[in-house]
Amino acid sequence: MAFAAFANTAQAVDAAPRKSSKIALVLLAPGLAYLALFFLTPLVALILTSLQAPALYGDMGEYVYAFRWENYVAVVNEYGETFLRSFGYALIATMAALLISYPIAYFIGVRARKWPAIQAIALILVIAPFFISFLLRTLAWKQIFSDDSWTMETLKALSILGPDAHFTGTPFAVIFGLTYNFIPFMTLPIYTTLERLDTRYLEASGDLYARPSTTFFKVTLPLSMPGIVSGTLLTFIPASGDYINASGDFLGGPSTQMVGNAIQSNFLVILQYPAAAALSIMLMAVILVIVAIYVKRSGTEDLI
Amino acid sequence: MATGTFAESGADLELVGITKRFPGFTAIENLDLFIPAGSFFALLGPSGCGKTTTLRLVAGLEEPTEGKILIGGKDVTNMKSYQRPVNTVFQSYALFPHMTVLENVAFGLHRRGIKDAVAKAHEALILVELDHVANRKPQQLSGGQQQRVALARAVVNRPALLLLDEPLGALDLKLRRQMQLELKAIQTEVGLTFLHVTHDQEEAMTMADTVAVMNKGRIEQMGAPQELYELPRTAFVASFLGQSNLFTGQVVASTSDTISLDIAGNHIVVPKARAARHTGLVTVGVRPEKLTLHTETQTHDAGQNVLTGGVVKDVSFSGVSTQYIVSFPDVGDIVVFAQNMVFGPVVHEGAIVSVSWNIERGFGIEDHPEQAGKFVPDDNTASIAVAQRKALSAELEGA
Repeated sequence: MAFAAFANTAQAVDAAPRKSSKIALVLLAPGLAYLALFFLTPLVALILTSLQAPALYGDMGEYVYAFRWENYVAVVNEYGETFLRSFGYALIATMAALLISYPIAYFIGVRARKWPAIQAIALILVIAPFFISFLLRTLAWKQIFSDDSWTMETLKALSILGPDAHFTGTPFAVIFGLTYNFIPFMTLPIYTTLERLDTRYLEASGDLYARPSTTFFKVTLPLSMPGIVSGTLLTFIPASGDYINASGDFLGGPSTQMVGNAIQSNFLVILQYPAAAALSIMLMAVILVIVAIYVKRSGTEDLI
Repeated sequence: MATGTFAESGADLELVGITKRFPGFTAIENLDLFIPAGSFFALLGPSGCGKTTTLRLVAGLEEPTEGKILIGGKDVTNMKSYQRPVNTVFQSYALFPHMTVLENVAFGLHRRGIKDAVAKAHEALILVELDHVANRKPQQLSGGQQQRVALARAVVNRPALLLLDEPLGALDLKLRRQMQLELKAIQTEVGLTFLHVTHDQEEAMTMADTVAVMNKGRIEQMGAPQELYELPRTAFVASFLGQSNLFTGQVVASTSDTISLDIAGNHIVVPKARAARHTGLVTVGVRPEKLTLHTETQTHDAGQNVLTGGVVKDVSFSGVSTQYIVSFPDVGDIVVFAQNMVFGPVVHEGAIVSVSWNIERGFGIEDHPEQAGKFVPDDNTASIAVAQRKALSAELEGA
C-alpha cells in the first residue's frame, strides 16, 4: 500500500491538467499541513537531537545543540551488531510470514471463491487477532512458552526438548513472535491481489503444457507480485524497528536485542538522547535504501 | 505427450457417450461425436447450447460426468490439460499480462522444450502480422491484435488438435476474412484437426468441412455446410442456419416420389426423398431465396408449388437483394429474398402477390409439429414461421 500510493502519485502528476492545479493545492493543503506538523517537525527535531553534545558540567541527560557527527560513529561502533541482528530477524520473520501467509491467502482468494461464507469466515479468522492488543497476545505467548509452563514441561517430558531447553530469550522465540504478529499484514495484501487473479490465465497455462508447479511459478506468483511486495514491506519495515518481541519483558533476552530495544533504552533508561536519535535516523535511512532497492528490483510497476 | 517435437499431423477426436452435469442443469446429454484427423469441424449453436462446455471437456478444463474422450485413439479422459496434445484459442484471449507478446507466444514451446522457441515464436507472429509488437505487453494492443496473438500462441505449438472458442469475434470484417483464410491455410498445410466453436453460422459454413448444429446439449444435425443448409432435418436447424419458411399440414396425398400437404386449402408438394416423415401432420419448409414473387396470378404449373393472394407487408432493401414479407391468409407470413435484377424493389407494400417455388427445393423436417413450439421463448433461434403462425392463430381464435 505504501508502495501502491507511490505509484499513484506519479501517475496523478502526469495526468493532472494545469487548470486544476489550484484546486489540487487547496485539497492537498490539510494533508501537507499535517505532514509538516507531525512528520517534518519531529524529523528535524530528531536530526538536531542526534547531533547534540553533552552540556559542559551538566547533569545526566542534559545536552546542547551542536554538530557532533561523531555521535553516528559511536552508535555504529556500539550497535553495529544490533543493526545486523535487527535486519536479520526482520528478514527471516518476513520470509517465514510470506511462506505461511501465501497458502492462506491463496486458499481464501482463489480456492474458496465458490464458497463466499467460508471466504468470509477465513478472512475474519485472519483479522481476529487484531481485536486483542498485540502486547497481550505476545505476553500470552511468553506464558505459553515460559520455562515452567506445561507446554515446555510436556515437551521436555516427551524428550522432544532437552531438560535445560529454553524458548523465551532465544532468537527463535523473537523471530517466532515477529512472524506471528505480522502474518495478518502479509496475508491481507496478498489476498487482495489473489482475489482478483483471473483463473483463466491458469487454464491457459495448463493448456500450453505447463504443469501445475510451473503454472504457479510462471503465472500465479508473478501475477501476485504487487501483493507480495506490499505484504513484505508492511512486515519488514515495522519488524526491523520492533522492540516488543525482542524485549526481555516479552519473548527476548539480553542476547536478542534489536535496534528498537537499543533506541528505547537510550531514550528512556540511560538518557542518551543523541545516541537514540542517531540510531533512529540510521534505522530510517537504512530501511529507506533497502525498500528503494527492493521496489526497483521487483519490477512490479509493470503490473499495475 | 512427447516433448521436443511437433505433432506430425492432426489426430482424430472421438467423444463417446459424454454427459456433463453442473449443479442444477445438464450441459451435455449423452454426446457421441467423431471428428476425423485433418478436418475442420465447426460446432455451431446459440449461447448456452453446450458447445463451449464440449470444447472445455476436450481441452481438459472440465471433467465429464460420464463418457470417454479419445484423441488419436488414445483415451485422454483422465489426463490433465497440460498432458493433452491440444491447444486452445480462448474467447477471452487469456494472454499473460506480465509477459511480452513474444514471451506469450513462446510459452508453450518453452514448456515442451522445443529448440529455437524464440525463432519459432517470431515466425508465428509474422504469420499474424504482429512481429513488430513482439516486445510489447498484451494490454498495449488492441482487441483484434490480442486475438491474433492468442491465435499465434496456440498455432505455434502445432497441436494435433486445435480448439477455437469463437476466436474471430473481436475482429472487423476485413481482418476476420483474412484470419479465416490464414486459419484455413494453416490447417490444410499442416493437416491439423480444428474444432471451432462459434455462434456465427456464416463463419461456420465458410470455414468448416463439417458443421454440427448443437442445441440444448445435443447435436441436432451434422454434415457438410451445403447439405445442412439445403436439407435441414429439424425446425431448429432450419431456422438457426439461415432463414426458413415452415408450414405444417396434414398429408392428403402421396405418390411414389412425393407427398402432398394441405396447408389452409393450398396443396404443397414435397419430394419424399427430402422429407423425413411421410404421413400424418408434417412440417415442411423452403428457403426464402428459393421463392419467386409474381404480380400476375400464377397458374398451377406441374413441378411448382404456388401460394396466391398474399399481401406484401414489408419490403426491406439490402443492396444485393430485397427481403419481402408476404402475408397469406390462414398460412401466415412468408419471407422472400429476391435478387435486385432491376433497380430497387419490384413491388411495394400492400401489393397483392403470389409466390411459387420448384417442388424439388422444399424439405420436410422430422420434428413433430406439436413439439416445434418449444423454440418459442428463444427469439433468435425460434422457428419463425411455426411460432408466428401459432401466435397468429391463437389471436384469431381469441377474436
